[in-house]
This record gives sequence, structure tokens and C-alpha cells, in this order.
Amino acid sequence: MESVLPTGGLGKRLGHWRRLAQIEGLPIIVVLLLLTGLFMVAAPGVFLRWPIYLSFLTTVPPMLVLAAGLTMVVAAGEIDLSFPSVLAFSGFLFAWAVGVTGNAWLGFLLAMAGGALVGFTNGVLIGFVGVPSIITTIGTQFFWAGVASILSGGMSDALQQLAGGSLYAVFAGTLFGAIPMQAVWAAGLTVLMWFILNRHRFGEHILFMGDNRNVAKVAGINIAWETVKLFTLMGLLGGFAAMLLTLENLNYFATQGQGYLLPALAGVFIGGTSVFGGTATMVGTFFGTFIIGMLEAGIVATGIAGFWVQAIEGVIFVVAVILHLVVESPTRLRAFAGMTGRWQRFGRRGPG
Amino acid sequence: MRDGLARTYQHIVRAEGISLSYGNIRALSDIDLAIGRNEIVGLIGDNGAGKSTLIKVLTGVVRPTSGRLFVRDAEVDWARYSVHEAHRLRFETVYQEKSLGDKQPLWRNIFVGRQITNRFGFIKVDEERRVANDLLSQRLGFRGVGIDANSAVSKLSGGERQGVAIGRAMHFDADLIVLDEPTVALAISEVRKVLDFVRSIKDSGRACIYIEHNLAHVHELADRLLVLDRGRLVANIKPGDISLEDLTKFLIDLQHRLPSGREGR
Repeated sequence: MESVLPTGGLGKRLGHWRRLAQIEGLPIIVVLLLLTGLFMVAAPGVFLRWPIYLSFLTTVPPMLVLAAGLTMVVAAGEIDLSFPSVLAFSGFLFAWAVGVTGNAWLGFLLAMAGGALVGFTNGVLIGFVGVPSIITTIGTQFFWAGVASILSGGMSDALQQLAGGSLYAVFAGTLFGAIPMQAVWAAGLTVLMWFILNRHRFGEHILFMGDNRNVAKVAGINIAWETVKLFTLMGLLGGFAAMLLTLENLNYFATQGQGYLLPALAGVFIGGTSVFGGTATMVGTFFGTFIIGMLEAGIVATGIAGFWVQAIEGVIFVVAVILHLVVESPTRLRAFAGMTGRWQRFGRRGPG
Repeated sequence: MRDGLARTYQHIVRAEGISLSYGNIRALSDIDLAIGRNEIVGLIGDNGAGKSTLIKVLTGVVRPTSGRLFVRDAEVDWARYSVHEAHRLRFETVYQEKSLGDKQPLWRNIFVGRQITNRFGFIKVDEERRVANDLLSQRLGFRGVGIDANSAVSKLSGGERQGVAIGRAMHFDADLIVLDEPTVALAISEVRKVLDFVRSIKDSGRACIYIEHNLAHVHELADRLLVLDRGRLVANIKPGDISLEDLTKFLIDLQHRLPSGREGR
């Protein structure tokens, strides 16, 4: 690489810059550390003690599981907006099976099967019928959320009896009496998804599909089937996220998917994954999701009025995305400087 | 080594009565052709004559409406014919521009569709990188120009991209290499390299279908020329039998003829 760079100070600095930029997810790790530092200064009573971090380890995992799946979907140049309905539908199937059979593991299998069914349907509609993913998943989001409402009659379902059971211990208990199991599972799944995206044949096919569908086609990738596999995987992860959520609350709500759509997507994009497909960073998604997950609690803890929360979240989101662009191609900064220069000239000329 | 493929055959690929329609549009009409095992065949014709469509049929990208296909003299079952199957039969295609994924590193581009994996489907990245680096530095002479297996395709020039696509075909030891206008938008020095490669295909005993706009190139290199016009095969010429001037005149006359349906042929 060095040989193509100009020699001298600028070249050296650019070389360092590029090597740093190659560390996956680095910008977002810096943002997370800065934010945590900021919260520590602004709300030391909360952020210099461990309970807040322990609480993040139970609230962030369902979102992280969803965001890991979405990273794969976005890498393929697709989008999935139907996962909130999986949280409701799979949650219902679980609660229903537990109520009817009393067997929590059977409920778990049914919830996963329900997620797979939603994903498989999406995949067939997108891959074989050819309906664009954004349209398909808007439709199926309404449909499956509706099905969950109809079947549950809009009721919630208390599942307190599961508290001492083996399923609860495995997915919502603690490891070594301290680390929430949800966090262990979510972190493990994110690592697995990293390997599938970056080291597995399937992940490579997804990257080529997102990069250029024609290239993917002539390379012999079966785009329709890979799309079905991709969305089925997303459905399974949605079913798993539903289990983590339902077991943590020990309660099923017909509306439990609401409020996950935008934060999970924001976690993917704040992490640096490109909306254009063909590239994606699972590490970025991991830290991006934690940023999204801690922002609300953090802002409230600093004592700023609750009305400010969303506005501040929006600013941090946009700043993080710009940071990624600048790190990826420093030349953009110059283009931006050029634009502000034009505006200044325009301003001077304007009134005259 | 040769995966049970026939070693003795007359034609690497032979087509009989290939037709392809998109709705009312006939892209290909009743094409018959045969490519010998060590033959360079130039495929020429105006834009929209059906050249690209024809090679897509031969390489399993598109299925024709009707017709038969023989590979190494054995008939191919259309239901089982695909890009993957064509790869297995050692057909390689180098397209004008859509051979490589821009955002992916070269090692992925060289092995996509034929990854070196363990039995769980995980890619042996170190091995792929090593083979890709050998290919780039030794066969393609990319040593010392700042290009290695980790470079993204978007950093390469047009000629370098064709070089990678051609190198990939060499690496996978194809018996039939299809070149779809590989010299479009290349600098003259880079065109020379591509033409040398086409010669090396002949020298190594392989067959090649070469689509080319530049008649001088194809007239110089090909053993035989097939001329397509509006989806029909209208001429089968040996370059030795016709001068470059006459060939050029023949093609220009072809373009000025009325659509074939109205000539009462």
C-alpha cells in the first residue's frame, strides 16, 4: 500500500489514518467511549456505579440479536421492517404453548418456528415472487402483528410460573451469579453472525448480492434461494429476540414489538453499515446497538428534561454516520469544505 | 483431475436450433453452431444482434425457449444446466464490466462461487489470500504496483480488472473461455495484453469464443468468424478467405439491409 502513497509528512499521516480506519468499527467504539465518559461526568451518581451497566446487559440483548440479523439483511442490499411483528407473534406462540402444554421448551421451539415461518414467507415473496423487500415487509409486519392481536385477543399473558424453570435459567438467568444470560447469548450470536458474514460462503454470497446483483448472478450465486435463507435467518433471530424479551419480562404483551423498529435499525446504521449494501460491519452493529440502548437512560440520568431525549438521539445518530463517512474517505471532508466555501461566496454575492 | 469430464471430444460446445423469445421479441432465432476443442471463434455483429444473449445461453445464465445444447459431444439437460454447471464443465466467462464486485477485495472476487471452504462452509481465508496473491504477482504481474489480494476492486483500472477476470479464468483451468468485449475502454498497451492472452488460450489447447467490436483484432486472432444479425446467424467465415476491408464492407452492408422478415428470404 505504502508505495502508492506520496512520501513525506502527509503520506505518513495518511498511512496511519488508513491503518487505523481498517480496524473494524473503530469510530463507533470511540463514540461509545466518549459518550460513556460524558455520562460519567454529567451523571456520576448513575454512571460510576455498576447497576446501570448490569441493567443494559438485560435491556440491550433483544435489540442486539435483531440488529445482528438486520446487518446481514442490509449487507445484501435488502431491508426488513417486519421483525417487530415477530416479537409479538413468536411471543404469543410461546405464551400460548406454555398455557396449553405447560412445557416451556416446547413453547420455545414453537416461537422459533413461528419466526422462521414469517422469515421464510418474506424470503419467498422477495426472492421468488420479486416484491421489493421494503414493500413485502411493510405488508407482512401489518399482517403478522394483526394475527398476533387476533389470536391473543389483544390480551397480555403473565408467565410468572416460568421463573424457576430450566428455560428461564438458560435464557434469562445469570452466569456465575452475575452476568445476565441474555447478554451471553446475544454476544455469542453476534460473534457467530460475524463469522457467517465475513468467513462463511453464505455471507460472501450476501455481500456480492448487495454489491452487484449481476455479478452475483454470473458468479453462479442462486440469488432467490440465498434471499429465502437470509430472511428465514432474520425470522429465527426475531423469534429468539422475542424469547429473550418475553422471558426477561415473564409476561407477554400483544404490543411487545412496538418501539423496536427504529432503534434496531439505528443500531445497524450508527455502527457504520452502508445502506447501499455490499459492505457491513458486525462489530459496528454491536457497539452501535449499545449506544442506542444507553442513550435514553443516559440522557435522563443527566437530568436534562425528558423532552430533549429524542432530539439529542437524532443529533448523535447523524454525527456518528458522518463520522463513518469521513473515516472511510477523508476526501469527503474536502468536498464539504468546498461546499461551505461556495455558500460563503453565494452569501456575499446574494444581496448585491 | 478432470472430474470425470470426457477427454476426447470433437466439439467443446455445439448448439442446434437455439431460439429465445422475450414475449413477442425474438432475441435469437434458430442458431446452429459448433466450437472445436482448440478453436478461437470470433462472434461479431451490431449492437443488439444477440451476441451477449447467445453466450448467456451457452454459459447457463439464460435458458432458451427451444433448442439443444451439446457439451463435449454429450447433450445437456436444460433443467440441470446453470452457471454452476457450466463452471463444473470448465466454461469461464469474462464480461465487459460485471465480472467483479466493486466493494469486495480481490481474494473474494477470485474465489466467489468456488470458495475454498471447510466442510461447514467456512472459507479458508488464508489459503484463498495466498493463492490470490500468487495469481496477482506471478501470472498477472501486479507486483510492486500496490495491488494485492486485499485491494478492493474499486481501486483498479479497467485494464487491471480485465486482467483479474482473465487470471481467474486461467486459474480455474477452463476448457472454453468466453470473452465478452474484453478490450472495451482499455488503453492500447492494455489491449495488447488481452490479445496476448487470447493467443495463449490457443497455445494452451483451449477453446475461446471472442466477442469483439474491433474487427481488426478479431480478424487477426480468430480461426473462424460467426456473424450475428438481428438474432440470426448470417455468416460463417474463415478470416483467411476474406480481407479485413471486405469483412468491414460486408458488416456495413448487413446493417443497411431491411429487417430480415421483409426481404422474402
